[in-house]
Amino acid sequence: MVVAIGFEGSANKLGVGIVKDGVVLSNPRHTYITPPGQGFLPKNTAQHHREHALEVLQKALDEAKISPKDIDVVCYTKGPGMGAPLVSTAIVARTVAQLWGKPMIAVNHCIGHIEMGRLVTGAENPIVLYVSGGNTQVIAYSQRRYRIFGETIDIAVGNCLDRFARVLKLSNDPSPGYNIEQLAKKGNKFLELPYVVKGMDVSFSGLLSFIEEKAPQLLQKGEYTPEDLCFSLQETVFAMLIEITERAMAHCGSQEVLIVGGVGCNKRLQEMMETMAKERGAKLYATDERFCIDNGAMIAQAGWEMFRSGQTTPLKDTTCTQRFRTDEVDITWRS
Amino acid sequence: MELWKQGAEAKIHKTDFYGKPCIVKERFSKSYRHPILDKSLTAQRVKSEIRAMLRCRMSGILTPTVYFVNMDSSCIYMEEMLDSVTVRDYIQSVQSSKTAVEAIETLTPLANTIGHTLGIMHKQNIVHGDLTTSNMLLQGDPSNNRLCLIDFGLSFFENLSEDKGVDLYVLERALISTHPNTEKLFNVILEAYCKSNDTGSKDVIAKLEEVRMRGRKRTMVG
Ligand SMILES: Nc1ncnc2c1ncn2[C@@H]1O[C@H](COP(=O)(O)OP(=O)(O)OP(=O)(O)O)[C@@H](O)[C@H]1O
Ligand SMILES: Nc1ncnc2c1ncn2[C@@H]1O[C@H](COP(=O)(O)OP(=O)(O)OP(=O)(O)O)[C@@H](O)[C@H]1O
Ligand SMILES: [Mg+2]
Ligand SMILES: [Mg+2]
Repeated sequence: MVVAIGFEGSANKLGVGIVKDGVVLSNPRHTYITPPGQGFLPKNTAQHHREHALEVLQKALDEAKISPKDIDVVCYTKGPGMGAPLVSTAIVARTVAQLWGKPMIAVNHCIGHIEMGRLVTGAENPIVLYVSGGNTQVIAYSQRRYRIFGETIDIAVGNCLDRFARVLKLSNDPSPGYNIEQLAKKGNKFLELPYVVKGMDVSFSGLLSFIEEKAPQLLQKGEYTPEDLCFSLQETVFAMLIEITERAMAHCGSQEVLIVGGVGCNKRLQEMMETMAKERGAKLYATDERFCIDNGAMIAQAGWEMFRSGQTTPLKDTTCTQRFRTDEVDITWRS
Repeated sequence: MELWKQGAEAKIHKTDFYGKPCIVKERFSKSYRHPILDKSLTAQRVKSEIRAMLRCRMSGILTPTVYFVNMDSSCIYMEEMLDSVTVRDYIQSVQSSKTAVEAIETLTPLANTIGHTLGIMHKQNIVHGDLTTSNMLLQGDPSNNRLCLIDFGLSFFENLSEDKGVDLYVLERALISTHPNTEKLFNVILEAYCKSNDTGSKDVIAKLEEVRMRGRKRTMVG
């Protein structure tokens, strides 16, 4: 039996989760919400994490009904992410590990998303679409690596949604993407937007500039409503994501697809993926916001896998890094 | 018509065209995407595909001959490349039957041919748009390196180094993710590319570097 605790704070969510042999015992989270029209800055985000660390940790222990002595390993996000928030969370992890006398594991955030998705859905060896505020990747496992088959060549899809939400001054609570999804449900007039797919790669920056520039006039003239624009934006960017995922599935001969990352809890994206998968005779695996959005349990789960395969991270190496690619990690727990 | 393969965009059927072995590439409607988007993408891609195949042939690059196009059903009828394997299958079979060093040695002439062919293609301002090892065929004995390019639906004509650089970047990523330990082969491809795209390759390689750096430097946060 192995009990792992995970600390996540690479962006604006602070999460602490406890996992015991594939069972999530607790997974509380606290999100730093900025006013409409504003993104989150590293300094303020780090301060948010420091302020809420102890309360979220206590909640995680209470909900799991576990005391520190029952924990076997302390896991934390090493990267990728924003420097200051990463460091402020890692300090908490290091402190409790030393206090409790437990070994540590440094986890790659992207691997956390993938392993959490596999745990919750039971997908064996899927093509993974990882879509969040910082990442857009199509991934497949082979020979001890999660290999990146496709990727954005400029900005991430979540970043594209978030920046358009700022143009419309939508609330950031619970997330800009969620609020775009709600508006999109009421839109129906389709505006054609730049659609840029390059093999298994995508590009969103041209589309974003286009819609950022056009939106004010279109809204003012009353030709399109904010709902229509959210609808058109989602239909276009999601179609691009489905296309590159399908291309990777055809290329790899895969019959399973898993969606992870914050944008992955979008119901319309899941519905489109399901339709595509059905047409190919493949199966879709997806999860909800508890596990898609950054959380502590995903770090605990990836750390649990690493720990069981014999790894630990010496204290002197428990540093953070803003850049840490998915395909840099040696996957010691899969054959 | 019998369904033979299903790619990401199309169903591939086998039939015959006045006695000639023929492939029908049918871009069927994708029900996951909005009908307006679906129609416009499909029409655009059928057109791009036939245009680029013709242009390639005119510059001496082997591509299937187009027999017939039906815009209403979005079907392209083209020559079936008989006795062919995809470069993907070929690399996999070489890698699984030889040591790593031997495999690279065996595949080096193929990498040369690929680079040479892409250099000619870019010199003609044809950007393929989906360079993967599934979209390259080898006809006859694979060691003869008779390379045939297919799947031009995402192609376009453009003189910009940026677009050509991205074209090579897409290939690099597809090659290395599909076939671990082929970094050396990609370098061979680039060397041959620079020789055949003699005038433009310097700028293209500079752009390729730039696109790679963008990927590595991306801060990856919301
Ligand atoms: N229902 C939704 N529909 C679309 N996008 C959503 C939805 N819910 C959240 N998002 C988006 O997900 C993103 C947040 O994803 P996530 O929680 O994985 O964090 P992140 O900091 O972006 O993570 P990463 O470090 O993995 O890039 C934001 O861009 C947010 O707008
Ligand atoms: N003319 C041909 N002769 C022989 N085989 C062919 C021919 N055209 C296609 N194929 C085979 O069918 C497969 C799919 O064809 P193609 O790549 O054109 O489809 P696609 O749906 O556009 O693919 P993608 O998923 O890359 O978008 C190819 O990988 C190849 O194996
Ligand atoms: Mg995330
Ligand atoms: Mg293809």
